[in-house]
Amino acid sequence: MSIWEYANPVKFMRTSGAILPWVVAGAAVCTLTGLVWGFLTPDDFRQGSTVKIVFLHVPAAMMAINIWVMMLVASLIWLIRRHHVSALAAKAAAPIGAVMTLIGLITGAVWGQPMWGTWWEWDPRLTSFLILFLFYIGYIALWSAVEDPDSAADLTGVLCLVGSVFALLSRYAVFFWNQGLHQGASLSVQPGERMSAVYRYPLYLTMLGFGLLFLALLLIRTRTEIRRRRLAALQAREMRA
Amino acid sequence: MIALLRRDLALAVRAGGGFGLGVAFFLILCALVPFGVGPDTAALQPIAAGILWLGALLACLLSLDRIFALDHEDGSLDLLATSPLPLEGAVAVKAMAHWITTGLPLIVVAPLFGILLHLPPAAIPALLGSLLLGTPALSMLGAFGAAVTVGLRRGGLLLSLLVLPLYIPTLIFGTEMIRRGQEGGDMGPPLLFLAGITAGVLAVIPFAAAAALRVNLR
Repeated sequence: MSIWEYANPVKFMRTSGAILPWVVAGAAVCTLTGLVWGFLTPDDFRQGSTVKIVFLHVPAAMMAINIWVMMLVASLIWLIRRHHVSALAAKAAAPIGAVMTLIGLITGAVWGQPMWGTWWEWDPRLTSFLILFLFYIGYIALWSAVEDPDSAADLTGVLCLVGSVFALLSRYAVFFWNQGLHQGASLSVQPGERMSAVYRYPLYLTMLGFGLLFLALLLIRTRTEIRRRRLAALQAREMRA
Repeated sequence: MIALLRRDLALAVRAGGGFGLGVAFFLILCALVPFGVGPDTAALQPIAAGILWLGALLACLLSLDRIFALDHEDGSLDLLATSPLPLEGAVAVKAMAHWITTGLPLIVVAPLFGILLHLPPAAIPALLGSLLLGTPALSMLGAFGAAVTVGLRRGGLLLSLLVLPLYIPTLIFGTEMIRRGQEGGDMGPPLLFLAGITAGVLAVIPFAAAAALRVNLR
């Protein structure tokens, strides 16, 4: 029993098909409960009701970064071990990551307008998120530009590796260039440095919910990609016959 | 390797515009900026460093697709790939030829354009130093982007989309260095970061670019 068994598309399809309904249900329950619970929390004494946007902003922003890391791992697995499912999973994850980045940016702008008095500020965190969004766009554009699927997987894999280094580099380079307005970490294992429990527990729930939501979308999209690949193979066979 | 470098340089010179076009584009950009923001010294001086760096970046970007596209079309890239010279070496040499034909002329004329944009004379050494350290990284990263998009029919726009985000760290440290030179601050840290990025790029990117080329030649 090894994890590489799931690199077999048939095995992957069977297993993912079996767990998919549970993941979808879990994502729905966690996200909805977390959001409703978050909506019912009391207003913050300084931020008023705008504090509630944190239940969308933080999970989306967290997933935006995690999805890129997942794409990096999947690209590495593809480049090293040539498992097609891995490449397709990276392809399937990219648009989800781009949307998460966009949600993070938009909810941040909506919160920033009443709180900071501006929709946008060239703050290091905001800027590096915008840069991350650009990397997502480039990655997706390259996938759709290359016709041969294996070449596309190779090229985007290399791009993902190089892009990861530069996304990280830009993340720290922007500190050099402007001082921040964004707060530091709101969640920490140290008591006293983190936000109050009233907000923290619904936030944990929505974070879990967004993680499951990503997993569900990823499985659905990867299964679609595998089916599309099978369809292309069938059509090619028919053309030859 | 030297033969390849000479061939690329000769091609760039004889095809016309190898040296000239980038500089001409740079000049036009610097001439357009005062029309956009107004001719006041007070308006131009704070943005001069940024404009010069952006101009260098865009001038570099314009000529990127030439690094591999022509050789891909006439098949000499396949010959290069099968030659005893490792493809990584060929990529590095081609990036160097690109730097000599676009980066180096830009550095030579940059002080002149700096004066046009009212950059104070005290910042000229910082301008030269930052461009000298930063532009090799631009050429090398550009060669990577060109290698990724070489087989595509409409690779030009995609190339800029892929390459420009990679230029961000270089741009940040390059302009920061000039800004500090202008204000008499400590130029050490941005200089070291810039040099570090360029050294890292020159060491690692040839491998990534060669890998992308091998995929495209398959």
